[in-house]
Parts: sequence; structure tokens; C-alpha cells
Amino acid sequence: MVADTLPARTGRASRRRRSPRARREAVRGWAYAAPTAIFVIFVFLIPLGLVLRMSASDWPLMAGYQGPNFPDNYTEAVQHRLFWDSIGFTLKYTVITTILLVGLGLGLALLVQESTRWKSFLRTSFLVPSALGLASASLLFYVLYSPYAGPFADLMQSWGFTFLGTPEGALWSTVFLVVWRYAGFYMLLMLVGLQGIPDDVYEAAHIDGASRWQTFRDITLPLLRPTFALTIVLCVTGSLLAFEQFYILTKGGPDNSTMTIVQLIYNVAFQGQNNLGIAAALSVIVLIALIVINIFQLRAFRRPDEN
Amino acid sequence: MINHRRRRAPLRAFTAIVATAALMGGLVACSGGGGSPTPAESIGPDGTDDGSTLTLWTRAPLEKQANLLVDAYNAGHENQVELTVVPNDDYVAKVGAAAGSGGLPDLFAADIVYVPNWVEQGLFQDISAQIDALPFKDAINKGHLTAGTADGKEHVLPFVLDLSMLFWNKELFEEAGLDPDTAPSDLAEFAADAKAIQALNKDGVYGTATGLNCGGCLVFTWFPSVWAAGDQVMNPEGTESLLNSDTAKEMYSTWRDLWESGAVLPSSQDEAGPTWTAGFTEGNVGLMFYPATLLSSTPFDVGVAGIPGPDGGASTFVGGDGIGVSKDSKKAAQAWNFLSWMMSEDAQVGVLAKDNDVVSRSDLATNEYSEKDPRLVTINEVAGNGDTPVALNFQQAFNAPGSPWLTLVRNAVLEGTDTVDDDNQGITEILQQ
Repeated sequence: MVADTLPARTGRASRRRRSPRARREAVRGWAYAAPTAIFVIFVFLIPLGLVLRMSASDWPLMAGYQGPNFPDNYTEAVQHRLFWDSIGFTLKYTVITTILLVGLGLGLALLVQESTRWKSFLRTSFLVPSALGLASASLLFYVLYSPYAGPFADLMQSWGFTFLGTPEGALWSTVFLVVWRYAGFYMLLMLVGLQGIPDDVYEAAHIDGASRWQTFRDITLPLLRPTFALTIVLCVTGSLLAFEQFYILTKGGPDNSTMTIVQLIYNVAFQGQNNLGIAAALSVIVLIALIVINIFQLRAFRRPDEN
Repeated sequence: MINHRRRRAPLRAFTAIVATAALMGGLVACSGGGGSPTPAESIGPDGTDDGSTLTLWTRAPLEKQANLLVDAYNAGHENQVELTVVPNDDYVAKVGAAAGSGGLPDLFAADIVYVPNWVEQGLFQDISAQIDALPFKDAINKGHLTAGTADGKEHVLPFVLDLSMLFWNKELFEEAGLDPDTAPSDLAEFAADAKAIQALNKDGVYGTATGLNCGGCLVFTWFPSVWAAGDQVMNPEGTESLLNSDTAKEMYSTWRDLWESGAVLPSSQDEAGPTWTAGFTEGNVGLMFYPATLLSSTPFDVGVAGIPGPDGGASTFVGGDGIGVSKDSKKAAQAWNFLSWMMSEDAQVGVLAKDNDVVSRSDLATNEYSEKDPRLVTINEVAGNGDTPVALNFQQAFNAPGSPWLTLVRNAVLEGTDTVDDDNQGITEILQQ
């Protein structure tokens, strides 16, 4: 008991010694933090709490809350016939888009950094697609791929390629859209990283007689480590949560071959089972997976001196 | 103590704000609008026309008919109906979200294949007394009434009937040397006609088309071939799929043959629904199973017949939407006024038949408009031989993206695999969930 009360007394004593000014500053601090705290609570914590409750409840879409049923939703979620397929496809899509976007982003950034004559034109051209909403871009590509309104379909079909009718066609048609939409954005991030590397490092390398490849390999890439961390985290997280492009272009088809985990969540909630409880359980599983993946990514990209 | 209270004061204040907001949100959600529901038994035969504003939701494919009906009703009544048209793909989600939060409109239409499930979920009010009092009740389309009946109580009337029919482009038929006035009598003849049109080798013209990535399209246009042969697609309880019958397998092999011969519009392979009729409407497809609601907007001369089975016969999928008074409506008497008018001759003939749409009452099948266009008589007659499948898990088993039904068709027609029995079992498993 003594051990419990002593620190409390000490704390009270220290607060009693607080000056009126310190108290005013504390109140001001609360006032500054309050709007954000309220925003976070209403926009993040309460919905998160609702999803957790939903995931532990029998909650059909049409009938609303029917009572707790933990852990049935989680059991049904992992036993869903498309659960593992959708995870497999989502990971495959994530690997493809991450490699393409990070590689292309770096390539484009190097291009617009080196080019002097066309620098502004190229930067603008690459970045413009990023200004278009993903849903709008998906609709645009849906029309481009359309056999009725699109310019490519007849030509591609004559070569034996179907945009959205085969699993491979649907995947690569969507990847093409995503690369078109995001390459400029990742170029911008890489460009910021490149411009953050001091010129004198390159000058020193030049004086030491390093070739362009050696400079790129031994200076540019290592110093871009924080930028790579940022772009890869963004790209992996965005790809794992991919939805709009698939919802508009493929709806997970054909034959469920492009079913991402978020598309599956949507389908379970609104396009088949109409079961918000199982959809919420899937959402919680995805949330936990994302947290774990992001922790691993950030650890992997942490600089040695940060440890 | 004073300091202790002060320290917790901001936390308490914040907790109070959150609790108050949550309580207010709960109260708003519970209130659901003013007034109290009118007891069903107190509603008169024609309901109430007192200048109330009624809200009505329908899905986009029925927008034209819904607009015509609502405009005609609003022009002749004190009540006014506000129509909201929702994109087809979003309709289930929108209704579901509204149902869960007590925010359904006064009236809403539902794809008839979803009606049994939604009735089971309690989304519609019981209007048995009003329907039973209609003098022409026996003439109302049975399929729609049955779909809306649970435990002997009726909840839904037909809003718009949409039948799947065999349509053929008479101009292309003539060019191919086929008789433009005679419909193919069975599936084999249908395939032969499609191949004959394909043999014209006209740029961009194909024999037939369908939606091979659209479960709803395939349900709508392929089930009738099974019914035409006298078979069923499910058991009466809607818990077992019978789509591995010899008839069904013959149907798949006919379509497999058509696909391999190149007589099917190639984009049918990835057609998920939005443009599945476009090829025919543009005059680039010789013949196809097509929605009768599009008759008035098909801009060239077409022949119309029932959908044949492998060995002849004719049937149709009696689709479209049923409509009922929502569980959340506080204006059931006014809503019934709209529904009773909708079933009247004024609406069925003066609005729907006038626009070349199918009427929902068999006693009005022959009317001043259908007599001018024999195709309408054909459609109305075939409607009597059609069917509306009833299953609680219909959406999940057939219509949903990536449904087991889609898998069955794609495997059988596009891939040519011998997996019909296994895939059919997949449908049954979903139906039994």
C-alpha cells in the first residue's frame, strides 16, 4: 500500500507546484490537440470499434445486428472458398505492381533529372495521370478496353489477346492501368529523394574516378534507402488494398481470377452472402496483416544507425 | 481532491460529448421519420390519396418504365412519387445499407429473383389483404406473386415484367438466305441460323451473342431452354441445382459448338453485363436471347419468339422487378394507392402496353396496342409458359460476380472441361447455405 501511494503523493505534490503559467500552457496544449483527437476518435477509433464489434456479431446486411457470435465470423471468413485464392492473387498483384512502379518510378525520375531540354515537358506528362482519380481512370480504361467504344479491342483480339476476358488479360490490363496512373506519382517521390542527395558526394565520386554505374550502385541507391522505404510501403499497402480498379474493370472475374481480398470483402458484404459480420472479420484480418507487413517493411528499411 | 477533479475534467467533458453524440445518433436512427405506420387492415381498396410525397427506388435497367409509371401517376393524383434510380450493381448494397439503418424508401422495387430473400428478411410489409381484395387478382402474374409470398402472406406486386425472348434481325436473316418470318424451332436450328449469319463474313457481324461473364444474363437467357424441354433448373425448394441434367448438358454443348465455330460475338467472353445487348441493338448480331423490355428501343425490324429448348418448345424467364411497401414506410395507405393504380387498366394498358412493354395482368394481354403489334401478343402469350425461379440464396449462387453458376458455364462453354457435375454440386452447396 505504501509503495502504491507514495508515487501518487509525489505526483500530486509536483502538480501543486505547477505555476499558473504552466497550467495555462497545459490547457492550451489540450486545446491544440483536441480537434485532431476528436477527429481521430470519430473517424478512426469509433469506426474501428464498430468493425471489431461487427466482426464478432451475427450481422446480416438486410437485417442488422442479431447478437454476438464470436468466433464464427472469423472461422467462416478463413473457410470461404475464395479466401486463400484472393490472398494469393493480392500478393501476386502486389509483387508485380511494386516491382513495376518502384522500378519505373526510379527510371522516370532519373530520366527527368538528367534530361535538360525536355525536363518540364516530361515531368508534366508523367505526372498528369496522377491527377486523375483512380475510379475515373478505371472507367476511362474500361471504355478503352471496350469492344464497342474502345480503339484497341479489335486490334488486340486479332492478335489473340483479350483484355478482360481471360485471367491473364484481366490481370495485365489492370496492371497497365495502375502503372499508367501511378508511375508519375512514384517518379515524383523518387525525384525528391534524388534531389536530396548532396552534389558534393557525386563530385567526390567523380574525382575518385567512379564510373556512372558505380556512382549509381554505390551512392545513389544506398542514399535513396529512405525513399525506397517510403515508396515500397506506399506501394505495398496500396496494392494490398486494391479495389476500385478491379471493381470497375473485372469485378474479380473472370472465374474469380482477379479477386483481391478487398473485392472479396465487398462481395461478401454486398454481392452474394450479404453478411457484414464475415466481411468485417475479413477486414480485421486484413488490418492485422497490414500492420504486421508494415512493421516488417519499416524494420527492413531502417538505417543501421537507427537501430 | 480539487486537483484530481480538474485533471479528469477534460476527459469527462469529452466522454460526455461522445456519449451525447452517440445517444443523439441512436435517437435519430430510431426515429426514422415522423408519424406512425398505418395498420394494413385499415387501408381501403384504393389506399389514400392525400397529397403525400412517396419515395420510390428502382434499379437502372427499369428506369424508362419506372419514369413512365411515376409521371403518369403524379399527373393524375394528389400524392406525388419521387423516383430514385440506382445503378444496377449498387442496388443490393444500397437497399441493404438502408434496411439495416431503417432508411428504406416508402416503395422499392427488387429484381424478382432477390424478392424471396428480401421478403424472408422482412424488408416488405404484408399487403395480403389489399392484394386479395383486387378483383383481378387471379390475372396477376403468378411468378411474381409467388416470389413475394412467404408463409401464405403476399408482399409484392409485379412492377415491370421483363421476359427473355428470342430476337432475330430480319435484315441479316434475309441476307443469309433464312426466312425472316420464321423463328428457329429448337436450339440446333438456332445454332444453324447463327452459323449461317456468321458465314456472311460481314465485318463486325456475328451470328449470336451472350454474356459469358454475367451470371444474371445467363440465368435470364439460358434457363428457359431447360424449361422449354420440360425440365427444371432447381428443386421446388430452391435448395438443389439440377443444372447437370441431360437437357442442360445438351444446351452447354450447343453453345460450346457455337463458341468454337466463331459464331459468338468474341466480347461475349468478358461481357459482365453492362453492354451484353449492345451488339444486337447496333445491328451487328443475327439472333440472340434478349430482354423483351428493349423491344421498343430496338431500332430495326426484329422477329420475336419464345426461347427454344434442345428439342423445341418455348419458354421465357419471367424477370423484371417486384415492388412492395417497405418495412420502414409510415405511409402504407398512400403507397398502396400507387400500387393499386399501378395494377389498374389505366397503368397497365395506358402506360406500359402503350410503350410496347409487357403487362402484368393476363386479362389485359390482348389490348388495343398489342393488337397493332403481333410481337407483343407473342410476348404476352409466352409469359404464361415462363417461369421465375425461387431460391433464398439465388444471388450468391447465380447472379454474384464469380458465382458457381458462372464457373459452370465458363468451364463448359469456354474451356470445354467435363466438370458440369462437380460445378453443379458447387451451386447446390451455395443454395443449401
